[in-house]
Amino acid sequence: MIYVDNVAGTKPDKRVVDKMIPFYTEKYGNPSAHFYPLGRESFEAIDEARGHVASLINAEKDEIIFTSCGTESNNLAIKGILETDKVKDKKHIVISAIEHFSVQNVCLKLMNEGYKITKIRVDENGKIDLGELEDAITEDTALVSVIYVSPEIGTVQDLQKIGEICRNKGVLFHTDAVAGVGHVPVDVKEVGCDLMSIAGQNFYAPKGSAALYVRDGVKINPIFDGGFQEMGIRSGSENVPAIVGLGEAAKIAKNEMDEYTSKMKKLQKQLWDGLDEMFDFIHFTGDKTDRLPGHVSFWIEYIEGESLLLWYSLKEIYGASGSACSSNIMAEDEDELEASHVLTAVGVPNDICAGSLTFSMSKYNTEEDINKILEVTPEIVNKLCEMSPYYNK
Amino acid sequence: MAKGPYSEKVMEHFMNPRNMGEIEDASGVGEVGNPACGDVMKLYLKISDDGIVEDVKFKTFGCGAAIASSSMATELLKGKSVEEILELTNNAIVEALDGLPPAKIHCSVMAEEAIESALRDYYERIGKDPKIVDELKEKIKNKQTN
Repeated sequence: MIYVDNVAGTKPDKRVVDKMIPFYTEKYGNPSAHFYPLGRESFEAIDEARGHVASLINAEKDEIIFTSCGTESNNLAIKGILETDKVKDKKHIVISAIEHFSVQNVCLKLMNEGYKITKIRVDENGKIDLGELEDAITEDTALVSVIYVSPEIGTVQDLQKIGEICRNKGVLFHTDAVAGVGHVPVDVKEVGCDLMSIAGQNFYAPKGSAALYVRDGVKINPIFDGGFQEMGIRSGSENVPAIVGLGEAAKIAKNEMDEYTSKMKKLQKQLWDGLDEMFDFIHFTGDKTDRLPGHVSFWIEYIEGESLLLWYSLKEIYGASGSACSSNIMAEDEDELEASHVLTAVGVPNDICAGSLTFSMSKYNTEEDINKILEVTPEIVNKLCEMSPYYNK
Repeated sequence: MAKGPYSEKVMEHFMNPRNMGEIEDASGVGEVGNPACGDVMKLYLKISDDGIVEDVKFKTFGCGAAIASSSMATELLKGKSVEEILELTNNAIVEALDGLPPAKIHCSVMAEEAIESALRDYYERIGKDPKIVDELKEKIKNKQTN
């Protein structure tokens, strides 16, 4: 099996899992129970994990709030600041056209509450238009939220420039860095963002481990009410094993990221060049240079994406497609099938979005994996081309 | 292994599509598209003088369900009379495929529409009014509801 759908979730590092297990079996104390060792042990484990996560993004310990997933972090970041004193009278939010659903749909819903949403366009490589961003920010703008790395097309945004614009305009800046942290260097002080979403499943920690960075001095309200955990911003008994896992993954990423990403970049080049040489009707998506390491996304003329995905999967190569047809196959109705908004935003026509495919590698992929993908590709593409009414030999 | 979204029958037709290709001297060719996801199906019919489908081929740009629906439709068409093939509804295709996910039913509808479109072309080529297809379809529908 060749797993190249890592933007959907990586295989957890064994060291991460090993570190977590005792917190399921023996170290089950509630971290709020400070007066006996079992509880204290859990508390200290969380504290240590918080340090590792903070260190990975050059934040301070008390700027990290643990959550349950990237979606929760994005929801907390956006909904959490809107009612705070600084911005409660402002009714405008600026996002990019290629946000994750957990930002886009939060904003769509806020429109029902009287918020105005501006979506900043991206160019054909998926880079947001900085001029347009600058012009979009008004006195009424409560928040700018821009995705750091697009999981679908791999483009990495220039957060520093976006941060600079937001600082100059005095507006809060959130970035969904879920697909980036652990593979692309992040320094919150350099970026100057106020809020950043992080998820462990994208860098070798398990699903259910995530965090929100909240810059010191930025006020945020909880989205559900309860006890005093996570400074009252995210109440509820902590998921200690997941937090410990996230911490360990952050520690490993900090120490080893340079090494594994340089390997992933080589494999990315091998796959990209190999595919590029094969067909003159293949089109790569996203920015070639500012790119998530190990990420190759493309569409092939004449061929629909789900068919391509299915064939690769029959060859035990597991990737992802942005095709309308595979977008929500478990839906009850065809109206719920939609071409990816990310692909339409970078100018890929609707019917062609059908053909898009994303291979996203992890630190575990090898040169043999890429050779195998390149080996089976011509057979699959030829088969589907032959079947296509659009294809003329 | 965990089951995927498609039945074994769908996957089998997806992997080994029947009657894929073109017929150069076709008696009727139908092409339909589905705006929901950009799928396109092209159906070629070779019909004998006494109105029997002698040969049928397809070409499809589309997802697994679209390819399997096309392939299954061609199997169901072969050897049938023109009147008989108009009785072939999308439900029959879905049934023959052991079901499709609800969001993919439109792929079987596309196959049914391709058959009608190819027959219209056939009637036009033999000098008859292609509206005959709609009339026959209407008659079949009435027969089924009565």
